[in-house]
Amino acid sequence: MVLSTAVFTIGVFGFLSRKNIIIIFMSIELMLNAVNINLISLSHYLQDLRGQILAFFVIAVAAAEAAIGLAIVIALFRNKATAHVDEIHEMKG
Amino acid sequence: MNLQLPPLGPIMPEIFMTSLALILLMADLFIKKKEVLAGASILGVLVVAYTLIGSSGSTFGGMFISDGYSSFFKAIFFINLILSVLISIKYIRIERVNFGEYYSLIALSTLGMMIMASAADLIVLYLGLELMALSTYILAGFIRYDIKSNEAALKYFLLGAFSSAFLLYGISLIYGLTGTTSIKAIASFISEKGLVGNPALSLSMTLFVVAFGFKIAAVPFHMWAPDAYEGAPTSITAFMSVGPKAAGFAVLGRVFMIAFASIKFEWTFLLIPLSILSMAIGNIVALAQSNIKRMLAYSSIAHAGYALIGVIAANTDGVASMMNYLMIYAFMNIGAFAVVIMLRTEGFKGENITDYEGLAKTHPFLSALMLIFMFSLTGIPPTAGFIGKLYVFMSAINAGYTWLVLVAVVFSVISAYFYLRIVMYMYMREPKIEVGTSKSGTLGVALGVTAVMVLAIGVYPKCLVELARAALSGF
Repeated sequence: MVLSTAVFTIGVFGFLSRKNIIIIFMSIELMLNAVNINLISLSHYLQDLRGQILAFFVIAVAAAEAAIGLAIVIALFRNKATAHVDEIHEMKG
Repeated sequence: MNLQLPPLGPIMPEIFMTSLALILLMADLFIKKKEVLAGASILGVLVVAYTLIGSSGSTFGGMFISDGYSSFFKAIFFINLILSVLISIKYIRIERVNFGEYYSLIALSTLGMMIMASAADLIVLYLGLELMALSTYILAGFIRYDIKSNEAALKYFLLGAFSSAFLLYGISLIYGLTGTTSIKAIASFISEKGLVGNPALSLSMTLFVVAFGFKIAAVPFHMWAPDAYEGAPTSITAFMSVGPKAAGFAVLGRVFMIAFASIKFEWTFLLIPLSILSMAIGNIVALAQSNIKRMLAYSSIAHAGYALIGVIAANTDGVASMMNYLMIYAFMNIGAFAVVIMLRTEGFKGENITDYEGLAKTHPFLSALMLIFMFSLTGIPPTAGFIGKLYVFMSAINAGYTWLVLVAVVFSVISAYFYLRIVMYMYMREPKIEVGTSKSGTLGVALGVTAVMVLAIGVYPKCLVELARAALSGF
């Protein structure tokens, strides 16, 4: 539980402070993996399979999410060769 | 090993919807004329809506439930899908993104919303939410060559994934606390073991508020909304300003009214500032916008605030008024976006508010329709927007939140300024530039249906109100 909380917190801070899109992605993955650690340890502790089932679903969805996220970044990169969030500012207000 | 198939009756609409999405994807390979796919998707949804009748019950060990509450929300999603497809046929040809996947993705996203509305278990809820969100991210970035669309998709994706991680963390905490993920079992566990006031429970509830706050675009979790709404294709903006928001409210209602019913005091305490801030920021920042899509984005944030008041009232009347509000919002908001799409022609964006100057002189009928939608969004009788607000405010007053209603009315008056500014531009200014409109039969149908519904609900609201009340029996 402590490990999972630590990893989740690192993920949140990474998401909020980093400027590179790829590193922001990695932070999101960290947060999801923290949830997985939490779910599996709780599942072991409660002697209940539900948590592990959900952890599998999370892994599968995270893979789909990564695919879509990288596709969006590639589409963006074709129009504007940057991976830095401060340079992506077409819209304001 | 004896495997038995669970009863499939309650999940029939979802099965048909999945088949529809896959058939559209396959048919895209053979059919060159993509308008056929649009027609097929509308017909398919009508079939799905037909299977919804008599599908009540719960299946898969109580993980999936189909009741009046979920059916009412599914009706909103179907209306949203049909109207969005109607307004996009011509538009995506103008934007040169006339691909068949478009319709398939809209169907998949709606499938996700349907699963969310029917989820009686947090695992199913999460899967539905991700299916809806992932399809909508792609749709937001559908104009691949346009950097604004890319940017909208990126911002929507990053913050959406961030919020779903919060939701998951909340689910894992509540799972550790209660040892179950079923919404009903969580409620009984909390009241039996006397967990009220447990810090882990409060933390998990707060994480749920954060995650759902992102989905319904309530302040302070609204940062993605204006950019995503402005950059996305206009038809998709209309789709995602109604669908995901209604789905977010559907799960918000079910999780908070059932699972967290015994800590009602704590979550109303969190939702009240959320609602007030949404109305304040949404309405006040909208005053300063010059792009109409961005202005409607801020207005949709404000409308999330109004609908939240219905949840805060925390009784069946409140939830019924919230459902009414979302149904009415679907019609008036898609109607307003249909007018915006009408002004999009080859080589002319028509997104600036100044483009509406003197529109009444050149296109009187279109201006009259826009007038109806703007009046309705403001909440002026005899339009539907007035009825929606009236019932939400009435339920809040009955629940003892008179001061909150007073605040809401003040912000509603402020909102009149920017809605009526468009009306003023259309009727009291001289046209400066020649503004053409894209002529399309389906767009006309969508405009007609939304305008008639807005007026019909405004004049004769009893039918819809009774429907929402009936849908909640047995909730």
